[in-house]
Amino acid sequence: MATGEAPPILVAIDNLTKSYRRGSQIIPVLQHVCLNIQAGEFLALMGPSGSGKTTLLNLIAGIDHPDEGTLRIAGVDISRLSESELAIWRHRNVGFIFQFYNLVPVLTALENVELPLMLSELPRRERRAHAELALRLVGIADRQDHYPRQLSGGQQQRVAIARAIVTDPVIIAADEPTGDLDKVSAQEVLDLLTRLNQEMGKTIIMVTHDPRAAERASRLQHLDKGVLNACAAGG
Amino acid sequence: MFKLILRNSLRHRLRTALTILGMAIAILSFGLLRTVVDAWYAGVEGAAADRLVTRNAISLIFRLPLAYLNKIKAIPGIKRVAYGYWFGGVYIDEKNFFPQFAVELQNYLDIYSEFVIAPEQRQALLKERNACVAGRKLAQRFGWRLGDIITLRGTVFPGNWELVLRAIYQGAEETTDETRFFFHWDYVNETLVKNTPAIANQVGWFISQVEDIDRAPLIAAQIDDTFRNSLAETLTESEKAFQMGFVSMTKAIVVAIQIVSYVVIAIILIVLANTMAMTARERQEEHAVLKTLGFQGRHLVVLIAGESVAIALMGGVVGLIALFPAAHYFRTALGNYFRVFNVSDQTLLICLVIALMVGLVSAIFPAWRAARLSIAEGLRRIG
Ligand SMILES: Nc1ncnc2c1ncn2[C@@H]1O[C@H](COP(=O)(O)OP(=O)(O)OP(=O)(O)O)[C@@H](O)[C@H]1O
Ligand SMILES: [Mg+2]
Repeated sequence: MATGEAPPILVAIDNLTKSYRRGSQIIPVLQHVCLNIQAGEFLALMGPSGSGKTTLLNLIAGIDHPDEGTLRIAGVDISRLSESELAIWRHRNVGFIFQFYNLVPVLTALENVELPLMLSELPRRERRAHAELALRLVGIADRQDHYPRQLSGGQQQRVAIARAIVTDPVIIAADEPTGDLDKVSAQEVLDLLTRLNQEMGKTIIMVTHDPRAAERASRLQHLDKGVLNACAAGG
Repeated sequence: MFKLILRNSLRHRLRTALTILGMAIAILSFGLLRTVVDAWYAGVEGAAADRLVTRNAISLIFRLPLAYLNKIKAIPGIKRVAYGYWFGGVYIDEKNFFPQFAVELQNYLDIYSEFVIAPEQRQALLKERNACVAGRKLAQRFGWRLGDIITLRGTVFPGNWELVLRAIYQGAEETTDETRFFFHWDYVNETLVKNTPAIANQVGWFISQVEDIDRAPLIAAQIDDTFRNSLAETLTESEKAFQMGFVSMTKAIVVAIQIVSYVVIAIILIVLANTMAMTARERQEEHAVLKTLGFQGRHLVVLIAGESVAIALMGGVVGLIALFPAAHYFRTALGNYFRVFNVSDQTLLICLVIALMVGLVSAIFPAWRAARLSIAEGLRRIG
């Protein structure tokens, strides 16, 4: 992306609106959300349950379509991309970390990490090398042949982080990555995310309920009942 | 991708095993039923082209006067003529059914050169008025030996008919029917002359061997012309057409068998489709995760269809492997009704194609759903 004196804005959200339809009822979730995220930021998104944090994160990660507003990421308005363009875009630009790890149970740790690379044209050997490197980065290389059910929650989450970074994405989106972990494991995961942010320059957007997790972030945003306006405040 | 398909299909071992078993049984049944139908039609295949069958034009049930024999013989181009009828007796019990014919044996055996009889047996057979000849398989079935007395209870021709087994014929080819049973038409007719002269001196059909196969249709027309406007008009057709007529009498049964075989396939299709739909629903969240990683609808389609086809084909192959011993068993158990009972290559191919199609069709609905699944929906934990 473009280089500049001030850190460039990576994610530019303007007037973003999203509502869900349940039967005949329309549930407004996000209302005219405005938010800019700079490249290299570690943003924590907090707010009460049901306030629309997951929805916003999904929109940024290109998992869901907004109803209204623009969503520019590295200059690309992803709300205009078609379904398959968006899939390719996601594959190249976003690494997603889920609260419940969501590893494929029938694949080993290494195979799980290799999974996103199956979509690339990399030869088998290189895919393997990439996956091994990612596992080493998250400090779990010794467990590469274990299946998810043979790993603890913290270990599974580290494998999931390896899977998220193996394609070397620009953005890492994490939805309550420590929500299902004990204190120690949560700390380890947060350490890892901090390192990814500081040493590798990944932009991280993390939804969390945990104030201790939010402390690690470089910036904190609150979402309340789908309302967030951070543009006027400058960011 | 391939690895994932394979591991996915082994995820619910019991479910997959049961589905494969169901598929195997379905393919096995389908293959067997098809082979039965094939065996049925094989009877027609065996018919020779140089033989013409002349019967009453109205129906097979009505007979023709023996007096027609000389008129048919007189038609140029005809080498030999034999005659006879279907006897339809019962041997001890109804369930011991086998085809019995009372024929003019001398010419009949000359025309049917595929029924091979040792010369001395043939001599004995032709000499004795109540002698009979049985096919090798038939003799085996009842443990008959030369010289045995075989008593048939007549249904069309009342009374008990005592016959002496004087010859056992062997088929010249593998497809030759070795389950037939013949004896002298004269033997039956003598009795009829005595007891019921009204139905004596009649035959069910004349069978003529022509010198030149190409002229067979012409000669057939000539025979029928000869008896036009006589009391019993005739219908002459090639033996093949005649047999086809026989077979078509039981056509309804054949059609029923065919319908059943397709119903079996329809059932397994529904079972597999249901299994795949259930499986895909369970993996909805996983599919959403794959999509998050950048997998597209078409990748998921390959994943689901691949699993479905893998299960269907595994079942199909197991079914086909089981088909051979099953067909062998059928052959030994029912060889008396069918002269050939072989699984044809065509049946094998059709079974495999059907297994493949069942696999693909079963995947349509779940694959379509997975391809359309919105990630946000799929990721939401329900309950
Ligand atoms: N697919 C959907 N269909 C209908 N309603 C939805 C859907 N997804 C989210 N919602 C509704 O939108 C609102 C916001 O949901 P969201 O998951 O974004 O909240 P959240 O802030 O992430 O909450 P939590 O902290 O509990 O995860 C909720 O009221 C939820 O019921
Ligand atoms: Mg949430």
